Amino acid sequence: MTATPTAAAPFTTVIGLEVHVQLQTRTKLFCGCSTTFGAPPNTHVCPTCLGLPGSLPVMNRTAFELAVRAALALGCKIAPFTKWDRKNYFYPDLPKGYQISQFDLPFSSEGALEVVDPKGALSRNVRITRVHLEEDAGKSMHDEAAGTGDTRIDLNRAGTPLCEIVTEPDLRSPQEARAWLNELKLLLVYLGVSDCNMQEGSLRVDANVNLHIPCDGGRIAKTPIVEIKNMNSFRSVERALVYEVARQYEEWQATKAEMGKTPKQTRGWDDPAGVTRAQRHKEESSDYRYFPEPDLVPVAVSDEWLAATREAMGDPPSVLRQKLAATWKIPAYDADVLVNQGRELVAYFEDLAERVGEGKVASNWMQQDVLRTLNERGGSIDAFPVRPATVADIIGRVAKGDFDTSRAREIFAEVLGSGRTVDEVVASMGIAAVDDDELITLCRELLAENPRVVADVKGGKEQAAAGLIGQAKKKNPNVNPGKVRAMCLDLIRQM
Amino acid sequence: MQPSDMSAVDLVTAVRQGDLTALRATEAFLERIERLDGQINAFLAVDREGALRTAAAVDAKRKAGKPLGPLAGLPVAVKDALCTSDLPTTCASKMLAGFRPPYDAEVVARLRAADAVIVGKTNMDEFAMGGSNENSAFGPVHNPWDLTRAPGGSSGGSAACVAADMAPVAIGSDTGGSIRQPAGLCGITGLKPTYGRVSRRGLVAFASSLDQIGPMARSAADCALMLETIAGHDPGDATSLDLPVPAYGSDLERPLEGVRIGRVPAHFGAGLDPEVAHAVEEAFAAFRAAGATIIDIDMPHADAGVATYYLVAPCEASSNLARYDGAHYGHRAEPGKGHRAEPGQGHRAEPGGAPASGGGFESSLVEMYCRSRAEGFGPEVKRRIMLGTYALSAGYYDAYYAKALKVRRLIRQDYLDAFEKVDLIGGPVSATAAFKLGEKSGDPLAMYLVDLYTVCTNLAGVGGISFPCGFTKGGLPIGFQLQAPALAEPLLLRATDRYQHLTDWHRRRPAIAARPR
Amino acid sequence: MSLSRNDVAKVGLLARLALSDADLDTMTRELSTIVGFVGQLEQIDTADVAPLAHPLDTQNVFRADVPKPSLTTAEALQSAPRHDGECFLVPAVLGDTGAA
Repeated sequence: MTATPTAAAPFTTVIGLEVHVQLQTRTKLFCGCSTTFGAPPNTHVCPTCLGLPGSLPVMNRTAFELAVRAALALGCKIAPFTKWDRKNYFYPDLPKGYQISQFDLPFSSEGALEVVDPKGALSRNVRITRVHLEEDAGKSMHDEAAGTGDTRIDLNRAGTPLCEIVTEPDLRSPQEARAWLNELKLLLVYLGVSDCNMQEGSLRVDANVNLHIPCDGGRIAKTPIVEIKNMNSFRSVERALVYEVARQYEEWQATKAEMGKTPKQTRGWDDPAGVTRAQRHKEESSDYRYFPEPDLVPVAVSDEWLAATREAMGDPPSVLRQKLAATWKIPAYDADVLVNQGRELVAYFEDLAERVGEGKVASNWMQQDVLRTLNERGGSIDAFPVRPATVADIIGRVAKGDFDTSRAREIFAEVLGSGRTVDEVVASMGIAAVDDDELITLCRELLAENPRVVADVKGGKEQAAAGLIGQAKKKNPNVNPGKVRAMCLDLIRQM
Repeated sequence: MQPSDMSAVDLVTAVRQGDLTALRATEAFLERIERLDGQINAFLAVDREGALRTAAAVDAKRKAGKPLGPLAGLPVAVKDALCTSDLPTTCASKMLAGFRPPYDAEVVARLRAADAVIVGKTNMDEFAMGGSNENSAFGPVHNPWDLTRAPGGSSGGSAACVAADMAPVAIGSDTGGSIRQPAGLCGITGLKPTYGRVSRRGLVAFASSLDQIGPMARSAADCALMLETIAGHDPGDATSLDLPVPAYGSDLERPLEGVRIGRVPAHFGAGLDPEVAHAVEEAFAAFRAAGATIIDIDMPHADAGVATYYLVAPCEASSNLARYDGAHYGHRAEPGKGHRAEPGQGHRAEPGGAPASGGGFESSLVEMYCRSRAEGFGPEVKRRIMLGTYALSAGYYDAYYAKALKVRRLIRQDYLDAFEKVDLIGGPVSATAAFKLGEKSGDPLAMYLVDLYTVCTNLAGVGGISFPCGFTKGGLPIGFQLQAPALAEPLLLRATDRYQHLTDWHRRRPAIAARPR
Repeated sequence: MSLSRNDVAKVGLLARLALSDADLDTMTRELSTIVGFVGQLEQIDTADVAPLAHPLDTQNVFRADVPKPSLTTAEALQSAPRHDGECFLVPAVLGDTGAA
């Protein structure tokens, strides 16, 4: 964390993010066209999203409610009255010549989302300036190879609902920005607001960054703010910011150029090259001539509506982590790992923990066996063939002493691989509970064969009994090592 | 009686009762269109085949004993600002020449569902911007009362075709008077309903917070018949009111005793033609005779109406018309042609620091936009786009657009206050009768002032109706306007109908409409 | 209020209207007159008056998130000045802006 200037980084990095997420609705924001990704070009279009003469928008209720859900989860204030505005500019992927967005009365503002790290190395409260609801543009496709050819326009995406989330410049390092984005994504996916799939464009990030550099006399020089675009993964956000921080520092050392003396610059991230490049500046494009959208009516959100939305929303990850740790008495680290895997995995864990009756044991199994094999196999936890009841069954047999944990792991793997029941697997592996008579006979044999161990134990070195376990397992792989040890010690004491 | 002499109410009754076939009614009007429209130019498209087919289908339906819609067999002319999936929709603009929408406007769909027969699309001022119909890219409409005069606008084609009996009823749209003013200048009855009463979906937008579709006919009773079909909630228009539609035709005959009509003395200022003033005062007298009370009222901000309107409407229009850029439909300039000759200083670097990169347009895309729009739009549309763009731009928004919105509230408050004291407000529609074609076309501002008496209705979102109340010595119709509180269409129609039972101005026909011997 | 030729040229670009030199002269003259006329509103006292952008008082008009049939690609492209059967074609767009 580069919170304060140090010798290594003699400046403070200041980052703010602007995130656009597509809301998980079935239809577009203002018309009944499908939002499904990947359809053939211009098949999900109608007069409204084509901007045909005379067409009108009507607001999708689900889109508005999902946006409110996101804002509530980000701790934002929900405006009692909100309206939409037209942002006017010409671009071929914007068929009306304006985007319906929100200007001066966004539906929410003033929230915050903390970057959480249970280890405490990274923790920062990032303020949210505003969250608003707007429509997406279509897609322009230009074949670079074709040189000066035409640009092809596909309007399937035009009118898809977007939530724009703008942060204050509260992030202090590229790593922190990435961690924060991970937390934001987790939150939005948890709440069913968005699938946040960056490959499909359902989450897009622009970053504003500059440096605060202490100068002689205590003055702080601020480098010109640069907006970085075209980052298509959280990793590239981090890389682009790392690059840009270094570039700005170099440039500052060379030019001493400060904020306000040059216009805000937009730079595009070139991922293969690993550099940001200045983008062409459009001189008049910033005069968007916003004015209230006369085709839509305002929305007033009542307290009842808000309460109902809150109720239906479920816990955000931050609350869930605390609840999991407290309810199941598991360490913060465990809660973090489980929650970060998503809501379905948490449900699986809670089911398992309930059955096992011991959170930490369930958590260990989740992390060491369930999660590891799930990651190897791929797919979702809901489709994972070994259900919590089965895992709980295996854990229960360990507790009863039927077999030890390492044997249990083999059984788990076999159940997963073969699709057979625990009983079938236990039988097929020849694992039968060793009864006490058998155990006494086995231990007596062991002691007879190991007079040295018997002598050592009698001499007070109880740990010497450990040497018997391996031999016991050779004689019968199904013996419980703990029981063998206890039995042997008992027998020696009786000798 | 010839079908073209019959009222819409009588026509649909005759068709329903089997006294007249829809086909015969339709043929009668089509015949008149063929005979007269060469001189009037009221239609941009006449759908002879489609109309006859629809009419035949209506007759077949009746024969089969199936229920008929409320407008069964009624020929209707539709302003070319409404989308029709089977006819071009041009808004009288070169920009949309040949444009074929893939959908019907809600009002058009309702007309079809009511078994009306759409005979064609009517001429208008380009994108409904104008008060004379001279701004049509396809030539002006000629006033049937005097072919050298303008019919008014922007729904001039709709007004003229009803005045010349080329259609018994027509659909118009009114943003600042575009139904009422041409109705007044052509001697017919035109209703601008309350904002939100009729769906705007499929009406090519001019100024979305002002636009409203309404009927134009020979009488209030015919307007009532039409309004009953076209009014009502449309879930596809978020600004359409979700309220029940009254039976507008059922309460027309109740006398006007107890109805208070406001008269605004300031309306009778220097600009008002004395002949018009006289006819309007006579109309007030007639209303008094019909039992109404006339009360002088004040509308303190009415003077600011035109200036307010010419900010609000162009601002919205500058945005509404941004979609006509040659990218997805409509006119696109041929690449490279002519731009060397006239790229325009606005798109070159100038010593004065003009925008854009040096040499020409900043990209072939920007060039396509700028030239397509320059070629596709006529001068008045360009002026309003420029005015609106300017008034919304950084540094001017507060002084112009935001200021206009504040005055708009004052104007609406005037209405709210007035309707505490009166039930209706009466007065002139236009300061003069129909003016000569070309008379005002060189002076945009003089043309804007034509809207003096009509724009405030739209700014306030209330309803208004205009109808003939006399004629000039030269034989031109003079219009009277009534305005009412929101949703008081029943009273507007009733008061007009009562007046039309006392007078016969609305029955007079221009000479051109007389049947050939 | 009078506008300069340069003001008008800027507005022309913002509005994407090519204006010839002669257009600029006419437009500058006409717009100055009209802007002067509408500028009379300045004299009206609107302190404490809230703007009124729309005549309706209605709020909260929504539609359900239920798909409706879209147009076919052929219908969508039927009035396009240029298309390739799938997409609208426009002169090369260089650099990417886009909404948002």
